[in-house]
Amino acid sequence: MNLRDTPEEAAFRAELRAWIEESLTDEVRRGRFEEAGRDWSRKLYEGGYAGLTWPKEYGGAGAPYSHQAIFLEEMARAEAPSHLGVIGLGMAGPTIIAHGTEEQKRARLEAILSTEEIWCQGFSEPGAGSDLSAVRTSAIEHGDHFVVNGQKVWSSFAHIADWCILVTRSDPESQRHAGLTYLIVNMHSPGVEVRPLRQITGEAEFNEIFFTDVEVPVENVLGDVGDGWAVAMTTLLHERGTLGFALTAALESQIRKLIALAKERGATEVQRDAIAREWIGLQAVRYTTYRSLTTLIKTGIPGPEGSGAKLWWSEANQRVTKLALELLGPEAQILGGGDRNGGYWQHQQLRSRGNTIEAGTSEILRNIIAERVLGLPRSR
Amino acid sequence: MDFAFTQEQEELRREARAFLEENPEAQLAELRELGWLGVSVPEERGGGGLSFLDEAILFEEAGRALYSGPFLTTAVVLPALPEVDEQAWSVEVDGFVPDLLHVDRVLTEGMQSVPAEGETLATMDETRPLGRLTSSDGEAVDGEWEPVRLRLLAALALEAVGIAQRALELGIEYVSEREQFGKKIGTYQAVSHPLADTYVETELARSLAYWAAFCVAEDDEQAPVAVPAAKAFCAETAVAACERSIQVHGGIGFTWEHPLHRYYKRAQWLDAFGGHAAVQRAVVAAALLD
Repeated sequence: MNLRDTPEEAAFRAELRAWIEESLTDEVRRGRFEEAGRDWSRKLYEGGYAGLTWPKEYGGAGAPYSHQAIFLEEMARAEAPSHLGVIGLGMAGPTIIAHGTEEQKRARLEAILSTEEIWCQGFSEPGAGSDLSAVRTSAIEHGDHFVVNGQKVWSSFAHIADWCILVTRSDPESQRHAGLTYLIVNMHSPGVEVRPLRQITGEAEFNEIFFTDVEVPVENVLGDVGDGWAVAMTTLLHERGTLGFALTAALESQIRKLIALAKERGATEVQRDAIAREWIGLQAVRYTTYRSLTTLIKTGIPGPEGSGAKLWWSEANQRVTKLALELLGPEAQILGGGDRNGGYWQHQQLRSRGNTIEAGTSEILRNIIAERVLGLPRSR
Repeated sequence: MDFAFTQEQEELRREARAFLEENPEAQLAELRELGWLGVSVPEERGGGGLSFLDEAILFEEAGRALYSGPFLTTAVVLPALPEVDEQAWSVEVDGFVPDLLHVDRVLTEGMQSVPAEGETLATMDETRPLGRLTSSDGEAVDGEWEPVRLRLLAALALEAVGIAQRALELGIEYVSEREQFGKKIGTYQAVSHPLADTYVETELARSLAYWAAFCVAEDDEQAPVAVPAAKAFCAETAVAACERSIQVHGGIGFTWEHPLHRYYKRAQWLDAFGGHAAVQRAVVAAALLD
């Protein structure tokens, strides 16, 4: 056991820290994510920091997972925005690497890293939320293409996306997990309509996507026709499995801001206790992610202990943002008017309510831990 | 970065678990024969020449087995002595001495080695009584109390992880067998979700305890914060793990004959000794905010 950087890791960290220092301008820091994010993502790509663990032949760096962990830690320390291609990097890319044809890999992967192509996810439907096997969006094979009809919901980035990873029902007679097909769909195709969904924060980060007789070439099937469930599980494994470091980085950034706020405004004994509690929880998530990563490096599969990271993080982020509002005191309700916090915590607090719903509700995650990790009898 | 025990350390864990399952009431002398005392003391001072991380495994396994002898206190004192001796040791913290009547000598916060004489008080955890020394006059021991304190709190955190793990296992075993309304009660989410929470917290606690152990072993500058952080989280996790396990056991979990109350009482003992979680968090808060 050695929790410190190896000389090789330390060298990577030092080089990265110098690069961030030079590249991260105030413009990027202050800018709106969707505009400033694209330039910043492009810089990350050109610096060789996008797709660190992806194979070199598809534009990645072929680096070990430990570099990805260091990258996310340093990005959090510098309070740098993330790469704009969140869905592409975290979900679409890894699924294409695992199941894609050589042509799909060559055509799509590098464009994710360079942000030439932005991706969104078409999994959830009005009638299929936690129960993904209930999807009804249909894809009927018609010669050299599929005809897609249906509606998807809760799709982040769909309003700026070029591509969508789409779970469809290709066999109308099928039930549940059978008869599903995983497609990659060009969002600029005729018949694709995106409608923003306004959230409790007032902004529209998610969208509905309507598909009306959208033609998708058969070469855009990912994996095999009818095997969409297994391909979708690869996507979700990446969403729930390898995000531990990103979550740690996000929580670290919040807790740094929280501590700065407490120092500036002062904190009661009860609030000091609560801040210490959250900082301790952050260290716990960080080192649990390290343990899971060590298992991933040694065996190729992340350790089961990492399965709780998202569950803990989401509830911690809700507590942290609420604590920040409490530190603001009566000003907690004030959004503008020269308040130095500029509505940041108010927005974060409302946004945090989504954390226990998106990417697997806390209830579903507890079911998964109970059944797959603890081996308890199945509830369904 | 490598956050895993070595194969030799995993082997030590298997051996320790097997031995303690067979001999939960082994005498300290037996543990000494196994080489469990002075593990992290250099060989030239009569120790095992290994690291606190190796000792960490033994503390965790002793907790899991609810071992009640003065192993933990002896083990954390030995590195402070000029040479490993054959005596059973305890420590005096906040005026209390664990296992006073079962040890030969006591190391005080003032770094005095005092004969183990005094009165023993009844405690909630009957297996680990606390005593009060009649005299604090003894022989001075060279060195600082702080490293002893950090070893002690880290060891308590590790023992708490073992307690939490066992309480979770007992809960899983029970709800996987027990049927009500024609179903295994583990199928009900109101029963399974609290156990899922215990699992998540126990793994988080384990990571903190190993981090603290690493910091102690390496004399890392983070040790004065990592150790109280681990003590706070691990003790509270153990207490909550026992409470949830008692709850999912229903009435049987509330009986004297079921072992759960012994784990519960040990968990509370671990939280209280050396300062409750809130006391530990005050140390962390001061480091973060002052």
